Amino acid sequence: MKNINRSRRQFLKTGGALALGSTLPISLVELAFAEPSQNFSFAYISDAHIQHIKGARFVRNWDMGLKRAVAEANLLTPKPDFVMFGGDLAQLGSKEELDHGAEIMSALSHKLRYVMGEHDYYLDLGAYWEKLFGPQYYSFDHKGVHFIVLNSIRTYDDWTYKRWPTAEQRMLEMAGLDNPNGSPFMVGDEQSKWLKQDLDKVAKTVPIVVFSHSPLQKIYKGWNFWTEDAEQIQALLKPYKKVSVIYGHVHQIQYNQIGNISFNSVMATAWPWPYPSTYAQAEQYLPKLTVPMNRADPFFERDATGWQFINVANGNVDLNFTLYNNTDRVVRFDNLKKQPQDRDYQAENARINPQRHY
Amino acid sequence: MKSSKYSLIVLSVITLHAAATRADEFTPDDEQRWQQQFMDSVKQGRELWTSPTLGSNGVACAQCHPNAANTHPETYPKFQKQIGKVIPLWEMVNWCLRNPLEGQPLAADDPKMVAIQAYVTYERRGVKLEPGKH
Repeated sequence: MKNINRSRRQFLKTGGALALGSTLPISLVELAFAEPSQNFSFAYISDAHIQHIKGARFVRNWDMGLKRAVAEANLLTPKPDFVMFGGDLAQLGSKEELDHGAEIMSALSHKLRYVMGEHDYYLDLGAYWEKLFGPQYYSFDHKGVHFIVLNSIRTYDDWTYKRWPTAEQRMLEMAGLDNPNGSPFMVGDEQSKWLKQDLDKVAKTVPIVVFSHSPLQKIYKGWNFWTEDAEQIQALLKPYKKVSVIYGHVHQIQYNQIGNISFNSVMATAWPWPYPSTYAQAEQYLPKLTVPMNRADPFFERDATGWQFINVANGNVDLNFTLYNNTDRVVRFDNLKKQPQDRDYQAENARINPQRHY
Repeated sequence: MKSSKYSLIVLSVITLHAAATRADEFTPDDEQRWQQQFMDSVKQGRELWTSPTLGSNGVACAQCHPNAANTHPETYPKFQKQIGKVIPLWEMVNWCLRNPLEGQPLAADDPKMVAIQAYVTYERRGVKLEPGKH
């Protein structure tokens, strides 16, 4: 209860800051909408990893993370126009896990859409997920913004169809983050073709928001914080004036700017992941703009997990991270620097204690 | 008095000469055998680390700690907030076995516990300690 109050207060505070932003000279704020009443926000819940034990038993910790996110999203003021679920609803893609996850999500009182995660996919290649939630990739328009949802966690046909004796083993091999038997994620040709056709119908000035599970950039191959055909997808998005990519999968705050494309990650409700920069033994490209969030405290099982409230008032994405037991973080698009930024913690001397502690 | 000291020195000289090799003269066979023993333990540790059988709810250590990241074996013993005192690494491993894995703790000298510690030590070799960046 204390936490809910705190996060609502925090949101109100952030809302105030956003209102201040709109008092900037109008030439700096490229409004996507004629009327401020068209401004809107949406919430994002991701990476629940609902894990089946046996019978009616599920891993309590992951269940509680998702239940709490749903409960808090229901209390949001102002109400978000919709909620996205960013993928990895299940841990091993089973019917039990997807059903149980869908049931927890059904308590949500807002319109809901889903992104496909690798943990949802590799058991039956998305068959049951499609039955519950609809197509694996699609697009929609909302108040002047074009939203695109991709299934970015596909991989080579050889790996998917030929390598494993059973579907269960395929799922297990892909579920291990640091498993050398895994394979890099990709959007693939079929979806790229669809994406091109979808984008062709959109004016270059319309703000575009892409939802994907994997980052659509190359961060760290060793843990599959990676999308193999990222450059091709980025090239398709290049002609558009304002493009934001929001991705899950990494269970931590990351942000980046590549050309015209802003990248923002969302948090997990299940567990946090360490930073891949620890690992010097593999090629890696951690985005330069990333500022590490506070490190997790294992004493508090919700620590370094959370959900986020997203504002697209001026066609760019501002993320308000609600972090349990950590200072909440705001990653806002900086109109002068033309990139997302967590301004509070940019400077090395502005880092707070847990970031200096192992 | 004087003579007994003398005899002690003689004894120690004899002992030195009696040793077959000097302390820094390990044979390649020695090194290979020790490395093999260590790597066997590391391998067993990696299997346990990624195995759902260590606890009772199917959760594996690697879910939160891919490549044993964020384990920092070199920093133990240290004060661990949730236990409220300075503890060695094996006690922290047991905390994880009891809590996220909802399983039973292992004895300090259980070969499984040794293997887990060997694995995290192996994964962390040569990694710079950078607080807040793991």
